[in-house]
Amino acid sequence: MNMNYERIKEKLEILADAAKYDVSCSSSGSKKTNKNKGLGDSSGMGICHSYTEDGRCVSLLKILLTNVCIFDCAYCVTRKSNDIKRAAFTVQEVVDLTINFYRRNYIEGLFLSSGIFKSPDATMERLIRVAKKLREEENFNGYIHLKSIPGASDELMQEAGLYADRLSVNIEIPTKAGLKLLAPDKDHKDFIQPMKAVQKSIQIYKSEKKLIKSTPIYAPAGQSTQMIVGATGESDRDIMYSANFFYNKFSMKRVYYSGYIPVAEDSRLPAIGTEVPMMRENRLYQTDWLLRFYGFDVREILNDTHQNLDMDIDPKLSWALRNLDQFPIDINRADKRMLARVPGIGMKSVGKILSARRYRKLNWEHLKAIGISMNRSKYFITCDSREFESRDLTSSKIKDLIMINSTSKYHKNFSNQLSLFS
Amino acid sequence: MTLTLLYDGSFNGLMTAIFIIYDHKVKLPIIAKASQEQKDLFGGTMDVITDAEKAERVWKRFTSLCSKNDSKQIYRAFLSEIIGIENTIYEFLKITFENQKAPSGDYGNTTVLKITQAAKMVGREKHRMEAFVRFHMIDEEIYYANVEPDFNVLPLIASHFKNRYADQKWVIYDLKRDFGISYDLNSVQEVQIEFDKPKSQRGILNTTVSEKGEEVVVSGSFRESENNYKDLWNQYFKSTNIKSRKNMKLHLQHVPKRYWKYLSEKV
Repeated sequence: MNMNYERIKEKLEILADAAKYDVSCSSSGSKKTNKNKGLGDSSGMGICHSYTEDGRCVSLLKILLTNVCIFDCAYCVTRKSNDIKRAAFTVQEVVDLTINFYRRNYIEGLFLSSGIFKSPDATMERLIRVAKKLREEENFNGYIHLKSIPGASDELMQEAGLYADRLSVNIEIPTKAGLKLLAPDKDHKDFIQPMKAVQKSIQIYKSEKKLIKSTPIYAPAGQSTQMIVGATGESDRDIMYSANFFYNKFSMKRVYYSGYIPVAEDSRLPAIGTEVPMMRENRLYQTDWLLRFYGFDVREILNDTHQNLDMDIDPKLSWALRNLDQFPIDINRADKRMLARVPGIGMKSVGKILSARRYRKLNWEHLKAIGISMNRSKYFITCDSREFESRDLTSSKIKDLIMINSTSKYHKNFSNQLSLFS
Repeated sequence: MTLTLLYDGSFNGLMTAIFIIYDHKVKLPIIAKASQEQKDLFGGTMDVITDAEKAERVWKRFTSLCSKNDSKQIYRAFLSEIIGIENTIYEFLKITFENQKAPSGDYGNTTVLKITQAAKMVGREKHRMEAFVRFHMIDEEIYYANVEPDFNVLPLIASHFKNRYADQKWVIYDLKRDFGISYDLNSVQEVQIEFDKPKSQRGILNTTVSEKGEEVVVSGSFRESENNYKDLWNQYFKSTNIKSRKNMKLHLQHVPKRYWKYLSEKV
């Protein structure tokens, strides 16, 4: 790489910093294998090559092509009215950085986004050029995640998927009203249109591939989106119903939730220095998992009577406490669906229980060895043992008993408040 | 009376030991590495001479009675090098031969659970090495990396790196076990390197390697331009962090301190 290294370093500082609020760092779900002894392979599971001090995975080289932007979205650090240093990579610089980082096993690939310079199409076209160059000139089979630029044409979105493993457009603000307030120059449908275009292409290419084997693969790792949490006044129900809509309507692979980090003094937004709502973000992710892997319907967890998630306990426990009439269940007889609904039993343990009970009836010892959380599960199950929770406990009593015996993430965050009463 | 069978530490050695247990109808066998011999006052010992043919007979019989996942787990458990794991492996094979079927998924059985847990630990370490290997280019256009994994995972990661870096030569060296794997654009081979620097000085910054072995020649010194890439990577790592979200507990859970010395961004 013959380039001005100091200058590149400076650009990297600005353009990695500006890209970091995009939380997605997934590098899994692609099917690209190494072709003709080229470089890279992304057929396996995702790999986190490092973790930042905030505990987030570093899997991809996540940068903006440029932080020059013609839009002025209040929640965004790159908005045009913000007085910050601006920079731009050339296409070749991004290609060189990606290849050289990849060869040293620093990264799984590239996550390229950009401020919108000139026009959405001009920006999207430049992003595509980087991906195309990596694939065609460098024979690169690593992971490429491109941002779908809101307002980009359907034709460009169709081309993007031929080189990228994943495409994403961040909806950022979960409701139309919120978007109008914070991003007056953006239109809700500008976000939806690229999602539609990508989804359509995914379906077309998939069905063609069934008939003609040589059909190229299109965005094999699918689409994702991101919502900012806590910038405007949405309830958890608003957020999760939106997420559910994207999962169902656009067959999203992932929806990400990003606790709002104040980046501007703006009367419409939480002040700079306001704490990032990390606990809330965590509870939203737990809910997301319950929908995708545990067979819950979003309406069971959030509805008119429960518009927000509990902060002190996880959403599955919260659901179980509201539905004590469905418990206790017999570990040796219950079906998979109900096993997955027991607080303290994860999907891995569900699999182990189903497998192990083909050999023998399971007792407390077995369950403990398998690794389920006894503190949380014991109020909801019976097994091959005479001892089980026989007191007729109320929901709030069970909650108290569980909280006393656990070190919840919640305790740490709220210890100051709790100590007032102890 | 117990009989301790001392084997050479290889997988074939272990399988030979199990062959002997059946062949000699040993009643109370204990299998141990010859290098870790513990004097048992009341029992006898026996040296196992590794025999690939005998080993294969045991392994073939076992794999005909178990699933692919079972045999994978047994091999991974073996690579954990946990003291006594040989006896758990023997126990697992014994159950399989007795029932004419492997006890797949019988997690209520301690032997099965132990194998699963050991295999899981090794699997995690394999994945960590796929993530934490950091190549730097040394002369001859070879990408070189030192590692010190908790378990012996180089045999498991070879194919991952071969598929990924098909067009570059690379060497990954396990300093703890003093052997490495080397890819020459065709195949992966095991290598041993004679370093001209003591172990403690073979850190990430100063890997000067000279080697007189047969398969691979790794010579020359660290390239200055390599520092630039390392520097760019470190800059990236710094810039992508969000200070207001700092969570060191989570950070350390993902990247335990013992791995830091080979991660330039953490040095």
